[in-house]
Amino acid sequence: MKRFMLILFVASIMLSGLSVMAQDGPTALSLWYHGAGNEVERSIIIQIIDDFNASQSTWAIELEEFPQESYNESIVAAALSGSLPDIIDVDGPVMPNWAWAGYLQPLNLSEGALDGFLPGTIGVWDGQIYSVGLWDAAVAIYARRSVLEANGIRIPTLEEPWTGEEFDTILETLQATGEFEYAFDLGMAWTGEWYPYAFSPLLQSFGGDIIDRSTYLTSEGILNGEAALAFGEWWQSLFDRGLAPGTSQDGADRDTGFIDGRYALQWNGNWAAVSALDAFGDDMLFLPAPDFGQGGIIGAASWQFGVSANSENPEGANAFIEFALQDKYLAAFSDGIGLIPSTPGAAAMTENYAPGGPLEVFFALSNEQALVRPVTPGYVVMALEFEKALADIANGADVQDALDAAVDAIEADIQNNSGYGFE
Amino acid sequence: MATDTARKSVPLWSRLLAPAHAPTYQRKEAIIGWLMAAPAIILIFMFLILPFVMAFGFAFTNQRLISPNPTEFVGWRNFENLLTVRTFTLDPLLDDETGLPILDEDGSLTYPRLRDYTRGNPDYPELDGLREWFSWNIGETRVYMLASDVLFMKALFNTTLFVLFVAPIQGGLALLLALLINQKLRGINIFRTVYFMPVVTSLIVVSFLWRFIYDGQNGMLNTILSAITFGAFQPHDWLGDPSTALWSILIMSVWQGVGFHMVIWLAGLQNIPGTLYEAASIDGAGRWQKFRSVTWPGLRSTSVFVLVVITMQAFSLYAQIQAMTRGGPLDSTQSIVFQTVIRGYEKQDIAGGSTISVVLFFFVLIITLVQRYLTREKTA
Repeated sequence: MKRFMLILFVASIMLSGLSVMAQDGPTALSLWYHGAGNEVERSIIIQIIDDFNASQSTWAIELEEFPQESYNESIVAAALSGSLPDIIDVDGPVMPNWAWAGYLQPLNLSEGALDGFLPGTIGVWDGQIYSVGLWDAAVAIYARRSVLEANGIRIPTLEEPWTGEEFDTILETLQATGEFEYAFDLGMAWTGEWYPYAFSPLLQSFGGDIIDRSTYLTSEGILNGEAALAFGEWWQSLFDRGLAPGTSQDGADRDTGFIDGRYALQWNGNWAAVSALDAFGDDMLFLPAPDFGQGGIIGAASWQFGVSANSENPEGANAFIEFALQDKYLAAFSDGIGLIPSTPGAAAMTENYAPGGPLEVFFALSNEQALVRPVTPGYVVMALEFEKALADIANGADVQDALDAAVDAIEADIQNNSGYGFE
Repeated sequence: MATDTARKSVPLWSRLLAPAHAPTYQRKEAIIGWLMAAPAIILIFMFLILPFVMAFGFAFTNQRLISPNPTEFVGWRNFENLLTVRTFTLDPLLDDETGLPILDEDGSLTYPRLRDYTRGNPDYPELDGLREWFSWNIGETRVYMLASDVLFMKALFNTTLFVLFVAPIQGGLALLLALLINQKLRGINIFRTVYFMPVVTSLIVVSFLWRFIYDGQNGMLNTILSAITFGAFQPHDWLGDPSTALWSILIMSVWQGVGFHMVIWLAGLQNIPGTLYEAASIDGAGRWQKFRSVTWPGLRSTSVFVLVVITMQAFSLYAQIQAMTRGGPLDSTQSIVFQTVIRGYEKQDIAGGSTISVVLFFFVLIITLVQRYLTREKTA
């Protein structure tokens, strides 16, 4: 028995030694990506990797793909067992959590590599750049020109978005026509990150926020202050008045409700824009977020690339990321899966976001209205609490109580983590 | 003397596997037996026993899923944060001048804001961090039941309610089905298969299918109800209404699991000797008498098994919640195991999740022991 264990042990040492010795020629760097199952996305990323591997002989990138639902779990599991890849794909708001936990190291790109990038595509934590995105995403109000004109509704612009009151009146007007099941589809069916991504900007436009961004230690008076309360009351009234479908909305209704003409307006991301354009063509409008007092605001930051902390070849990882940031690749991703390219140069090369292109407006939205979600390792918990509070309020919970509960839970978590490094 | 030397020559580990005085071939067999069991033992140890022991340890620390902060021992703090409950009373606000209670727009009494007492109030340190679980009025005084972890309390309540209803309904229905299919009829296997089918379907798949059935607008249930009432029935959002969500999940769970317990009952039924029924018939016993005096006593140990298994399965209520409601609406479907996963994994609070699972372990253990005691063989 003992001898058997010994043989096993020796064999495992020899095997691991072999794998080190086998590395002749280019050094292999691993890259983990969240988009398994998407053929278009896969072909673009493989194209970038092939180009990079062919462009030099020091490093060879190897791709491993994961489905998005289990990607974060895979990274956490890999980190716990000390087997992180060299290059990590990370969702923007989660980045500080991983940087704080020691999964990521700051990027080391050459001077000026990120010039002209949309602000939301650059992931900064603790004063250093940890991640950068080849694209951003933006949210807009989907509307049809014909519907607005028939009801005498002004078409808003970035300079002059609808005000909060104006918007509320518009919803009442549209609901009163009786032509629609609901005036405004918020996408309550999309549980998870959609809630903080899409709805916390509305709260911010009211003057509240999820956390006090000057200290990142307390939410008291911010998430449950007067502004937040006003937002919460308005939020609840959307459902009480039957203007918006609630938390039990079916996922299929969310996907087709606007295109089928059952919802008058829809709060949706640029990724759904192409199918809406296909359905309505020139009649289709993408409108900026309403201004509830503090300007129109939408969320920023999508998936980005970073270098893992225990990568043995950070130069190679950085070289690959810098290589991938070329405009032609940003444009390829945009054309392939409809995302907003990170630079104006790349935008000009795309079908949809070029000047005069059908989705050009999203580039402006991203540039003008975008605000990143709270940049703190504690965001992961804040997002869950915010989602719960909004779902509860939509379901009729007392607004003050729901927001107070969220504040308490967020602060308890911050305390449990000794301030997440902000104390 | 001879046996003594033989004993010494046998290594300790082999003596543990088989009695030392056993002949060599028996010892060999024992070793082979253990080797064959080894894969299962190792897996059970690694994925059941070890995590269980670790959960006990983590419950007394502030262990996080991912964190650069060192893990610290925190004593019973996690349990205090989870289990503290207190009552607290507030008197209505009185007008300073008239001394009469201040009424709000609806004409009901107003009370001071509870949060002023439970958040950093130096006069009430024992209330710090507590939140309202529920409240009621005694006369004009408002009585609050405060809890340090309202979500857990709601989960505990919901899960207990779930168990209390699922155990008798599922067990009883399964017995009924077992009695029905325990007949020698042509094609009875078709019925057996049909009733057993939901069990072999993944619970997640079943949950998703039932979401369509329960859909608030054009779900199958609403369509059927409105058809048989000739349109008088208004569509109801079964999973979106806090008062029906848990019951909807409960009914689905009973339907899904009933086939499994039916098979257990069936095995029990077929173990009862037919001669007993013949004897009962000769004595002139009716159907009900046969059931009471022959079938039910014959199913005694089966019934204990079914009851214990259903109870334990029901306490681990998770997949349906995850797939159908995620604890909502308004926490009406929070369950203990769902909270464990949310905390340990999504909120990255391993210590919190471990604490809940330790509490759940003792909770289920106590209930199972009580069940065993109540259903024990009463000999004497």
